[in-house]
Amino acid sequence: MENFDSLKKTPLYERHIELGGKIVDFGGWALPVQYSSILDECKAVRERCGLFDVSHMGEVDIYGNDAFAYVQKMVTNDVTTMTPGRCRYAVMCYENGGAVDDVLIYKFADDHYMFIVNAGNTDKDFEWMKEHVFGDVRVENNSKKWGQLALQGPEHQKVLDAAGFEGEIPEKYYTFNDKMIVAGVPCLVSRTGYTGEDGVELYCAAEDTVRLHKALMEAGKCVDMLPCGLGARDTLRFEASMPLYGHEMSADINPMECGLGFAIKLKKEYFIGIEALRAPQTRKRIGLKLVGKGVARPEAEVLCNGEVVGIVTSGGPAPAVGGNYVMCLVKADADEAGKWAVSVRGREIECEFAPMPFYKR
Amino acid sequence: MIPNDRKYTREHDWVKIEDGVAILGITDHAQEALGDIVYVELPDVDSEIAIGDSYTTVESVKAASPVDSPVAGKVIEVNEALDEQPELLNEDAYGQFIAKIEVTEVNEDALLTAEEYEQLLAEEE
Repeated sequence: MENFDSLKKTPLYERHIELGGKIVDFGGWALPVQYSSILDECKAVRERCGLFDVSHMGEVDIYGNDAFAYVQKMVTNDVTTMTPGRCRYAVMCYENGGAVDDVLIYKFADDHYMFIVNAGNTDKDFEWMKEHVFGDVRVENNSKKWGQLALQGPEHQKVLDAAGFEGEIPEKYYTFNDKMIVAGVPCLVSRTGYTGEDGVELYCAAEDTVRLHKALMEAGKCVDMLPCGLGARDTLRFEASMPLYGHEMSADINPMECGLGFAIKLKKEYFIGIEALRAPQTRKRIGLKLVGKGVARPEAEVLCNGEVVGIVTSGGPAPAVGGNYVMCLVKADADEAGKWAVSVRGREIECEFAPMPFYKR
Repeated sequence: MIPNDRKYTREHDWVKIEDGVAILGITDHAQEALGDIVYVELPDVDSEIAIGDSYTTVESVKAASPVDSPVAGKVIEVNEALDEQPELLNEDAYGQFIAKIEVTEVNEDALLTAEEYEQLLAEEE
């Protein structure tokens, strides 16, 4: 057996092994890449329901009378119109526009917000957030206190019904209810996810995670739900053309280049990185479908009309729509109607321009 | 069960040498570790392979895995069925070959018997 002793573990680690999860080192975390088969797990989410352990995600709370002004300064999106119980996607940037991380913001009150951050970025993000605190603002890294499960798929409501709950399941996309009880476990439930499918994410106390996971797995039998690993999560988000930090976006790839204009409010007076994002961009994110046979992976060169114009940032099969696709970062002036190809181990594979998202429910 | 009609490598590939032709494939353990196989990059027929060359790349959903050849020679046949149905390798790794090579040289040192391979698997567990 490989040794995962040095890796961080979520409260569900033993449970993953029990369920036959194939454990891998994911950015310092011991997590299952799959339980049964990545393709079967993807199919379960698209057609029925799947359950993911996403307890590795980081949770940073922001408290204080200046919390609103602080959040406005830290992120690209505008939180002025956010009311308590809403979620909003945004990016934290460096002064040069490069991404510190992409975050999901939960608003509890004018003086309390929570950022959900990428697991591997949690410490870095928290340091960055602490450095920029001003006035009456307190930031707390509460990641260890939370367990988080993602219940995703068209049948997720049936699973919740079977598990039993008290309180109202948030009906609108990107809203949440932090006073729910699901299968006897106090939870925050949000209508969010990273799969391109309808579903919810459930946050509970770390010590309740195993109980909640067991109850949902049991309840999920009514729809033939599968536990799903990181492999399926990545393929599902890829099909839905959602960016992944470290691939489509990074300290070197700003969110404007990544095509996240919807979450960047340049009319805001200020946020860190706004000047850089206001400037014209030299690169853009696009999608391609491989016409020739093969699979292209990150770092593969992308050619347009015979000239190298960029690199693949994510690539692989998109099982829900069929075929192999790539997302890539290319020169902003590359001709979308041009003749596209990717270079894989010295072989050029013909591609065609593919509008994103590749899969839309 | 590990078939004992062929030899194995430490990289979880199998090779069966008959009448100067090496039939190459990957083991059940290899397909299991790879997960769903979505593409097999087959070598060109007539191409020359040296010992240690990766003669094929097996693509699973998440990764590309090059497979090194324990023999040298000319590719005389590839398993065309894998072109359309790469998942056959998941279903029957020992029943599906990837390529056949007309052998000019074999790296005998790299080859394990079924028994030795079984032991290797046990050690890796």
